[in-house]
Amino acid sequence: MDLKLDHYTEGDTEIVVVEGEIDVYTAPRLRELLIDLVNKGNFHLVVNMEKVEFLDSTGLGVLVGGLKRVRAHDGTLDLVCTQERILKIFRITGLTKVFGIHDSVQDAIDKRSAK
Amino acid sequence: MATITLTISALPAHVRTARLMAATVARRAGIAAAAIDEIRLAVGEACSRAVAAHKVHCPTQPILLQMTDGTKTAPGRGPDGDAPAPAPHTNGHTVQRFEVVVSDRAPAKDADGAADPVNSVLDGLFLDSDDTPPGGISGFSPGLGLAVITGLADEVRIDPSDQGTVVRMSWPMAAEQAHGPSSN
Repeated sequence: MDLKLDHYTEGDTEIVVVEGEIDVYTAPRLRELLIDLVNKGNFHLVVNMEKVEFLDSTGLGVLVGGLKRVRAHDGTLDLVCTQERILKIFRITGLTKVFGIHDSVQDAIDKRSAK
Repeated sequence: MATITLTISALPAHVRTARLMAATVARRAGIAAAAIDEIRLAVGEACSRAVAAHKVHCPTQPILLQMTDGTKTAPGRGPDGDAPAPAPHTNGHTVQRFEVVVSDRAPAKDADGAADPVNSVLDGLFLDSDDTPPGGISGFSPGLGLAVITGLADEVRIDPSDQGTVVRMSWPMAAEQAHGPSSN
C-alpha cells in the first residue's frame, strides 16, 4: 500500500503517524512533512511507526535528516516501533544507537520528560 | 532451475514493483518466510540504488533484474575477501540458491566507495559533525543501501564497472523444498 501520514499535538510534542510503505518513492513526502513541522517550530517529534509495513534505507535517511533538523534546535526525534521486521533494519545499520526507539507513544513522551 | 527477468524504467515508483516481484518469486521457490522479508528489502535497496545512479547518468535507460531459483554455488566462487564459509553440502550436493541480480548501466565512478559500503555509511552518520552538508537527506550517504544489502543477503557480490554496476545477491534454498512439488 501507499504511504499515509497524519500528525497531532500532545503537550509540547508533535506525534507523526506513519502508515504503509516508506521507500524511495514515498519517502520524499515524509521528508517534506518533517521539514514542515520543524519549520513551524515543532522541535520535539515522535514518529509512530507501528503501522509501517516496509522501511528501506531511503526512509532511514529521511528519519536521520529529521533528527538532524530537530537537534539543530536542541530538539528530539523519537520513534515508536515494536515490529521486528522494521527494527531489524535499524539494527543492521546501527541506528538503534542513534534513535530512541520506544514501545508506545506514551512511553516515548515519558522517557523524554524524565531526562 | 527457473529464471524470471524483469526490466524497469529507472523511476522510484517501479522499485516497489520490483521488490514485490522478487518476494513473490522467492515465495514460490519455497524460501522461508523470514528470508522473504530480507529478499524484499535487499532487492528494494539494490533497485533504489540503481534508480538513483540512473537519474544522474542515464535516466532513459532501464534497469534489469534477474531472479533465478536453483543456482548452484560453484566451488571457489563467491565473494572475495571476507567470504562466508563455502555453501554447505547436503548428501554430497551443493545446496541450491535463490539468486537475484540487479544490473544498472550507470558508470560506477566511485568504485572504491561501492566496495566499502560500511565505511561510507559511517561517514554519512556523523550527525553532530559541523561539516555534514546542510539539506539532510540529500547529503546522506548512498552507501547505506549497499550496507543494508550486505547485512541482509546471505551472499553478495558487487561488481562496479564503466558499463554499470551488477549487484548479485543470493540466499540458500532448503534442499527438500527446492526439489518438492510446488504448492502454488
